[in-house]
Amino acid sequence: MRRAMNIRPSPGGRLLLAIIPFVLLALVYVLGSAERRAVNPNDKLLPPFSEMATTATRMATEPDKRTGEITLVADTAASLQRLALGLGLATLIGLSLGVAIGILPVANAGGGPLVGVLSMIPPMAILPILFIVFGLGEVSKVVLIVIGITPQIVRDIAMTVQAIPVEQLVKAQTLGASTWQTVVRVVLPQALPRLIEVVRLQIGPAFLFLIAAEAIAADSGLGYRIFLVRRYLAMDVILPYVAWITLLAFIMDWALAKLSRSAFPWAYAGERR
Amino acid sequence: MSAISVRDVWVEFGDQIVIENLNLDIASGSFVSVVGPSGCGKSTFLRMVLGQDRPTRGSMTLDGKPLPDEPGADRGVVFQRYSVFPHLTVLGNVLSGYEFAQSPLLGKLFGAKRRAAIEKAEELIVAVGLGAHRDKYPSALSGGMQQRLAIAQALAKDPKVLLLDEPFGALDPGTRAQMHALLKPLWARLGMTVIMVTHDLKEAFTLGTRVIAFDKTRHDPQAPGRFGARITYDLDLTRDVAVPVLGFEKRAAE
Repeated sequence: MRRAMNIRPSPGGRLLLAIIPFVLLALVYVLGSAERRAVNPNDKLLPPFSEMATTATRMATEPDKRTGEITLVADTAASLQRLALGLGLATLIGLSLGVAIGILPVANAGGGPLVGVLSMIPPMAILPILFIVFGLGEVSKVVLIVIGITPQIVRDIAMTVQAIPVEQLVKAQTLGASTWQTVVRVVLPQALPRLIEVVRLQIGPAFLFLIAAEAIAADSGLGYRIFLVRRYLAMDVILPYVAWITLLAFIMDWALAKLSRSAFPWAYAGERR
Repeated sequence: MSAISVRDVWVEFGDQIVIENLNLDIASGSFVSVVGPSGCGKSTFLRMVLGQDRPTRGSMTLDGKPLPDEPGADRGVVFQRYSVFPHLTVLGNVLSGYEFAQSPLLGKLFGAKRRAAIEKAEELIVAVGLGAHRDKYPSALSGGMQQRLAIAQALAKDPKVLLLDEPFGALDPGTRAQMHALLKPLWARLGMTVIMVTHDLKEAFTLGTRVIAFDKTRHDPQAPGRFGARITYDLDLTRDVAVPVLGFEKRAAE
């Protein structure tokens, strides 16, 4: 018998192993739902799939009577815009600061401790400040996402840059590179694969901050809808919305992983499967 | 011309004295092998010439001018590891030297300038025997091929001084012999000054025109860092007479 750590599934087995947990979860839900419906035909807690599908179809195709917009589409657009702005800004700031702190000893001395302290502030605790300063509109939500995830990106990129062997930086200098050229041609290309990984890891927190901000003050958005219909115990809306948010996050994660692999083939040369 | 002169150089890290009172003149165009036990300051000496470390006291000059205190294009280097850029292909690695010189903002060339640079780079790639591997990333190259690439990359800048820090230390004996066969004619043709730190005595004597040995001549068992390394042997291999390896007086044990 081989050690457990040496047993590798075949490609087909891998697929099967991936599907089984999902099927099991769905099965547990269906059984639970049927059980509750048998006891109480008006149960709202675990609506059957058919009911959720009907509601989801209605929200995704029929215009809302009051606004004239298709609810799911409008909510998704509003949320994704906030998320994209927040993630984009955080990535830009995180990359610039992270590279500066990683490569410049002066920036490291001046900015490292500050970022270390700032990253420990719980972003949700300063959400009221953001609402007071930036109002209840779009800006405060985007800023919350930026504040929430930028410090992590900065620290991670700074560490990645510091992990580049000093030999490479010396080599670049012996090839006549200035600080700026070293950053552009040696440091940035080697930091980008890690940047994409960091952003992938921060999609989850970004959604957390987005939904938290939308739950407290918004008039559209995925988080807003979920917290709105909570009052009516509308699990047939909440569950499809949660599934939709999960799907969106998963697709983003998957697309970034693909992008990284095709753009930086050298970074994946030595990885084990 | 590229003569290096070292005058009264001391290197100290805190309490620890690494090199004491080093005086050395390296003639232009010579191939100097530096040998010695681990931790005797060979690599520190190399890093000082490179500009990565600075002497605590004393002066170092290159062609009569003080040595710049940061690495520059006049001194090329090949390290034992991490010498090449993992994110660039063989061609990209060699090309980068030309690109840094001609494109201050992006460090990248386009169009006719790029084609001209590629031509020069390819010449070097062929010279070190990597012609068939132009478009591979370093991770796809063997250790010996990576070092060939590092040499080609360093030669792209046509440096006055080429510094080699145990460049072939991680290679198998066969590959090492190939690298020697590659390096010696290149050095003879280009005429730059080479300083090579190595652990391999055979390599030191095969390649060098001069072999310098660093070692600590005095030891204080209570304070190991009290005394630094000096030059204990300085052998000129270009003289016609026999190399006086065994002709040295053995020091009485202290």
